[in-house]
Amino acid sequence: MSYITKPKFQYPGLETNDVGLSRRDYEGTLTTLCGGCGHDSISAAIIQAAAEMSLEPHKVAKISGIGCSSKIPSYFLSKAHGFNSVHGRMPSVATGANIANKDLHYVGISGDGDSASIGLGQFCHIVRRRINMLYIVANNGTYGLTKGQLSATADLGSKTKTGEESLYDNIDMANLAIELGASFVARSFSGDKQQLIPLLQAGLTHKGFAFIDIISPCVTFNNTDSSTHGYKNTWENYIALSQVDFVPMRKEITTKYEAGKEKEITLHDGSVIHLHKTGNNYDPYDKENAQHHINQHKKEGKIATGLLYINQSTSDLHELQDTVDKPFNRLTNHDLCPGSEVLDDINETFS
Amino acid sequence: MKPTDIADPNYFHKVVDCQWACPAHTPVPEYIRLIAEKRYSDAYMINWHSNVFPGILGRTCDRPCEPACRRGRVEEEPVAICRLKRVAADYKSDIKDRIPSVPKKKNGKHIALIGAGPASLAVARDLLPLGYEITLFEKDALSGGAMRTQIPRFRLPSEVLEEELHYILDMGVNCRFGEEITSMKAILKEDYDAIFVGTGAPLGKHLDLPGYDTAKANIHTGIEWLASVAFEHIDKIGKNVIVLGGGNTAMDCCRTSKRLGGKDVTVVVRSGFDEMKASPWEIEDAMNEDIPVVNFHVPKRYVIENGKLAGMEFEKVKKEYDENGRRLLIPTGEDPVIIPCEDVLCAIGQDNSFPWIERDLGIEFDKWELPILDKTTFQSTNEKIFFGGDAALGPDNIITAVAHGHDAALSIHLLCNNEDLAVRPNPLTTLDSQKMGIHQWSYDNDISNDIRYAVPHAEKEQTLNDLNMEVELGFDEELAFNETMRCFNCDVQTVFTDQLCIECDACVDICPTDCITFTENAEEPELRENLLAPAQNLEQDIYVSDVLKTGRIMAKGEDLCLHCGLCAERCPTSAWDMKKYLFNTAKAADACQS
Repeated sequence: MSYITKPKFQYPGLETNDVGLSRRDYEGTLTTLCGGCGHDSISAAIIQAAAEMSLEPHKVAKISGIGCSSKIPSYFLSKAHGFNSVHGRMPSVATGANIANKDLHYVGISGDGDSASIGLGQFCHIVRRRINMLYIVANNGTYGLTKGQLSATADLGSKTKTGEESLYDNIDMANLAIELGASFVARSFSGDKQQLIPLLQAGLTHKGFAFIDIISPCVTFNNTDSSTHGYKNTWENYIALSQVDFVPMRKEITTKYEAGKEKEITLHDGSVIHLHKTGNNYDPYDKENAQHHINQHKKEGKIATGLLYINQSTSDLHELQDTVDKPFNRLTNHDLCPGSEVLDDINETFS
Repeated sequence: MKPTDIADPNYFHKVVDCQWACPAHTPVPEYIRLIAEKRYSDAYMINWHSNVFPGILGRTCDRPCEPACRRGRVEEEPVAICRLKRVAADYKSDIKDRIPSVPKKKNGKHIALIGAGPASLAVARDLLPLGYEITLFEKDALSGGAMRTQIPRFRLPSEVLEEELHYILDMGVNCRFGEEITSMKAILKEDYDAIFVGTGAPLGKHLDLPGYDTAKANIHTGIEWLASVAFEHIDKIGKNVIVLGGGNTAMDCCRTSKRLGGKDVTVVVRSGFDEMKASPWEIEDAMNEDIPVVNFHVPKRYVIENGKLAGMEFEKVKKEYDENGRRLLIPTGEDPVIIPCEDVLCAIGQDNSFPWIERDLGIEFDKWELPILDKTTFQSTNEKIFFGGDAALGPDNIITAVAHGHDAALSIHLLCNNEDLAVRPNPLTTLDSQKMGIHQWSYDNDISNDIRYAVPHAEKEQTLNDLNMEVELGFDEELAFNETMRCFNCDVQTVFTDQLCIECDACVDICPTDCITFTENAEEPELRENLLAPAQNLEQDIYVSDVLKTGRIMAKGEDLCLHCGLCAERCPTSAWDMKKYLFNTAKAADACQS
């Protein structure tokens, strides 16, 4: 880790956004991860995404579990709410927080150990319960914090730094999320911010459970040439099924697109995702097709990335449960205990 | 763009903005670090080798380094480089044993230096240790040139001046002071191996307006008047004084007047405040002594009453631009303004003057009566005769004169060794990693956010009553240390090795000023725009790597780099390293060694 704090001096031309903040205002403390860790690029991408969207930091809640990945909420949006929870239990805390206050943007940060091993059960249920949040898995295929054992997302045959080979097939988190009913599923690579930032913005805007599996190389323990989660393999083998542009609701669309070459997806708040087709006619609305593409690419040693699947017609937990709109901390005594007259009215319905 | 050639000695030199801007290319960050370590004598010697007069320049330099300072591009004020130089001089210990020794056995070459100002003294300093015999001519009885005659003692105390002059004179110079040269032909007859002319620009400009002849006794030329004050020929002036001109000489004139009995001293300038040639800090110092500066007033005539100077009449003007963008001063049509005065000091410029150089000696002059010189070697059209300082290219400043002196000394050394003067030895450079541990550097990369520290001044009531009392007290050690911490260490370079890069973006993500971008290569104008922080300052280069594994290149804008080393701290493969680049211009001692 670096001993100095990041100098406050900044590029004088740095713009401020609609809420008067510059990108530097969305930073957190200086990272303590290894230099070159993909997770730092994820932090940087979140900072950039939030700044461009003019998110108000106090309207964001960052929730994480345990692991290198789960440290990163410290490194972005230091003015946001945060909860660093128990290993694999981020989904429970996120669910609770989300039920208590539906007005915030929830960003769950987890890793492959946290979500695919110890927390796999929790992961399955938060997807199934359709919590309105962005759930990020910083996926490096290894247990970096315990010095590089194979994780459950390590591909069959992938080798650790010490030469240990993975004997088991991997859990594909994106595939699993689609299977379990997530309504927004994407995969990206920490090294490709051009792709990652619009996906983060779309995921933050999407109403429902948005999941992004981000290949995020562990530079210290899983960056060998034989690792399928290292920089080299990822740069060489990741394939974008579509190029994504995100246009927030407030912004005028200035980019011109060639007719027939792109697809527009309008999100619930009026923001638009532009998908540029890359020649393969990929349809992100088709669940089976998405899973087929993921599997097919995997067979060829390739990593399918981009917006894999989206479904805007599902309801989230609040709609299914018909929950109260007000955050719990703003419910008054009268809201919670409306008095005997209301009770009488209820009792009346049973008569 | 082609990959940057960092082997070019000028590439990294240019990144060290202060050193690049300094005419003598003083290694500024290196001496600032030494001051931070309280190694004042070491800091002093670095300066002494580069600019010869650290104590003098630490008080009087025009500081071209400071407007260049990178700090001024990311916050308000540059590092107080000049006054830190003074700190090195103020707090050093005895450095006499560090002055280069002069061989007893001479090399048989004899050089004449004409005019004992900074340029000639720099030549003497460079040539004496090489065994040259030096004869120094000076019309005044004392050496120092403009440093003695033009800079008042309240800005530059005698003891500082004498100390630094004597470091050179005591090396063994044949001094022929008080001897005004009236003929170059006569000097040539003395059969020197080379002659260096450093006689400055000694001719002050007059302002011949109606009334001049009657009022002449009370109209003085700034530089001549200041010299007379320095030699104590003049010790008083009228109560009301007008100083004409907006340069540093005008500032010295008005402040000196204030100390010689002037009560109402007014500086009157033809043009606007922001067009004044004086250094902003010198204007500020004058204004702090309650001297008003009146702008947009064009002098029209000397007002005479009872056969004596009683004031000056001015026409008020305003600034306009013509269709070619030229600035014009247009009369406003208001009534003329009369400012009463008993004395006028005319500081409106100075000229070169070489009436003593016969025109049949092979020394050619241009239409401005300046000698025709080779701008690198400072050799005139007579191969044995060299010019430097104000005498060479017209009025400039001390540090420029010193730089000329170094270059001329090198030329003289090459000439005396029958070598080609145009082939200059390469600068002496080193580039060394500063890595001490994974996140530890041998320089302090934790930059201070403090704003520039002001130099304490003595009480105005005291200084205005004492011509020789220094106004600036200089930084004390604590202030000096705090100021050194503002330096970005721009000489510690970010050096990129493309074969090691794994394109993880760690450097991009950490860089506080968004200097680094990995992108498709393009022609320079397009690439500059494509950077994360567009590189719009065209005076600053961009550092471009060869093609990386993904087909992209690394492009780094040098403009705003803080040299904080975070890119190198975060780099997992040491593709970035922080390397200290020391650059020293080659001097006479570095030539003719084979």
